[in-house]
Amino acid sequence: MLELRDICYSVKENGEALDILDHVSLIIPDGQLVVFTGPNGGGKTTLAKIIMGLAQPTSGSIVWDGRDVTNMSITERANAGISYGFQQPPRFKGITVRKLLTLASGEKTLSKDRCCQFLTRVGLCANDYLTREVDSSLSGGEVKRIEIATILARNSKLMIFDEPEAGIDLWSFARLTETFEQIHKEGRASMIIISHQERIISLADEVVVIGEGRIRHRGVVSEVLPNILADTTGSCPVIGKEASGK
Amino acid sequence: MSEKDIDRELLQTIAGMDDKPEGAAFNIRKNGGCEGRFSSENIAITGKTDKAGIDINVKPGTKNETCFIPVIITESGVSEMVYNDFFIGEDCDVNIVAGCGIFNCGGDDSRHDGVHTFHVGKNSHIKYTEKHYGAGDGKGGRVMNPQTVVYLDENASITMETVQIRGIDSTVRDTRIYCEKGAEAVITERLLTHGEQHADSNMIIELNGEDSKGRVISRSVAQDDSVQVFKPCVIGNAKCFGHVQCDSIIMGNANIHSVPEIAANCADAQLIHEAAIGKIAGDQILKLQTLGLTEEQAEDCILKGFMS
Repeated sequence: MLELRDICYSVKENGEALDILDHVSLIIPDGQLVVFTGPNGGGKTTLAKIIMGLAQPTSGSIVWDGRDVTNMSITERANAGISYGFQQPPRFKGITVRKLLTLASGEKTLSKDRCCQFLTRVGLCANDYLTREVDSSLSGGEVKRIEIATILARNSKLMIFDEPEAGIDLWSFARLTETFEQIHKEGRASMIIISHQERIISLADEVVVIGEGRIRHRGVVSEVLPNILADTTGSCPVIGKEASGK
Repeated sequence: MSEKDIDRELLQTIAGMDDKPEGAAFNIRKNGGCEGRFSSENIAITGKTDKAGIDINVKPGTKNETCFIPVIITESGVSEMVYNDFFIGEDCDVNIVAGCGIFNCGGDDSRHDGVHTFHVGKNSHIKYTEKHYGAGDGKGGRVMNPQTVVYLDENASITMETVQIRGIDSTVRDTRIYCEKGAEAVITERLLTHGEQHADSNMIIELNGEDSKGRVISRSVAQDDSVQVFKPCVIGNAKCFGHVQCDSIIMGNANIHSVPEIAANCADAQLIHEAAIGKIAGDQILKLQTLGLTEEQAEDCILKGFMS
C-alpha cells in the first residue's frame, strides 16, 4: 500500500514561496490502478516525482509497503519496489535497448526471449530494436515505448507512468492499454498512470483529479469524468460557452 | 604482480589474448625485443633489417584470418620508434589486432612511437583494431604516439577501431587515409583521459576516387584536469561522401577542443561534420537511479556505454 500523508511542495519564485502541492493526502491499496488527471501545471507530475524521490516534499511523508520512504534516495526507493516511467525519457549514446532492459531487470543478463516479451507488450519487435542504441536515431514514440518496456522489465510492485500515451501512435496506444489492463488483471502491481486519455482513465479503479496543487475530485470513473470537463474549462466564459455547446 | 601476470594483463587488455594464438599469425614485441612470432600460410611476418619493425605480407584472396601484433613495455625508461608495414593483396578479408600496453612502475618515461603503413589491394577489406592502455604506479610517464597511414586501392575498405582505454599520459595520434575509386574508410575512435593527461588526435581522410566514402566517429571522455584536442579532416577531391562526428563528455576541470573539418575540391563531394561537447545529462543519471543504480554506478554505466 502507498500512503501519501499531507504532502506539500513549494518553490521560491522571485523571493516568494509558490505552492505546487498543497496538503495532498492519498492512499493507494495494493493492486489498484489509479489515474492522476487534471489540467496542465496542476501538480500531477510533481506528486509522481515525489513518490519516486525525484523531488523532495517541503513537508509531509510517504509510506510505501509499511516503510516511511520520505528520506530514502531514488535508488533505495527503486530497490524497495517503486518504478517510474518518464514523460520525456533521456537518450543514451552507446547504450543498447537490450542493455537498458537488462539494467532495468536487475539481472546480469537478459535472454532475447525475455526482452522480446517486454518489447512486444509495447508494440516493438525485438529483432528490430535489441541491438539499437537508445539515442537520437530513435523517434520520440520509440523512446517512449522503450521507456515503458523498462518499467515492465523492472517488474516492481508500484509502477508509475507519466503520460505514457504521449507521442505514441494510435495502433501502439491500443497495444499499450491492453498491457496496462493485463498487468492490472494479474494484480501483482499497483499502478499510477498520469493520463488525459479517456481510454486509460476508463481502466482505473480510482481517478484522482489534481488541480492547483490539490486533489479536486476522486472516485470511480463514472463519478469523476463529468467533473473533469468542468474543471478544465475553468472560469473562462468563452471556453465554457463553447464546451457546453451554447 | 609477477612479470608474467603483467604481460598477461597487458596482452589481454590490448589484444584480447590469453596466450599465443594457435594457428594465427602473430608478432609480440616486448621492451624493444621480439617475444614471439609466427607466420601462417597466408600471412607472412618478417623483421625489418634496416630499422625496428616488421613487414606483414598477406597473400591475395586471404579470407577470415586474424593477425595479432601487440606491443608491450614493462620496463621503465624504454623508448622506441617502430615501423610496421602491411601489404594486403587483392580480394582479402582480414582482421588485424594491434595495440600497445605500457606498465611503468619506475621514475622514467616509457614511450612507444609507431608508424603503421597499410597498402590495401583492390577489393580487399581489413578490420584494424588498436587499443592503448597504461598501468603501473611509477611516476614515469606512459607515452604513445601512433601514426597510421592507409592507402586504399579501388574498392578496398578499412574499418579501424582505435581505443585509448586509460592510463596514457601523453599521446599524439596521427592518422592519414587515402581512398581510391569506391574505397571506404570507417574510423571509430574512443578516447579516455584522466588526471593531467594530454591527448591530440589528428586525422586526414582524402577521398580521391569517385564514390569513395569516409566516416569518422569519435567519442571521448575527458576527466579531471586532462586535455584533449581533436582535428579530424575529410577532404573530398571527387564525387564522394564524407561524415565526421565528434562527441565528447567533459568532466571535472577538463579541457576539450574539437575541431572537425571538411574540405571539398569537387562539386559532387558531399561532406558533413558535427561535433558536440557536454557533461553527462542529469536526467540520464536520474533514469538509471530509478532502475536501482547508485549515482556512481549510473555514471560508470553511461561512460562505459558511451565509450563502447
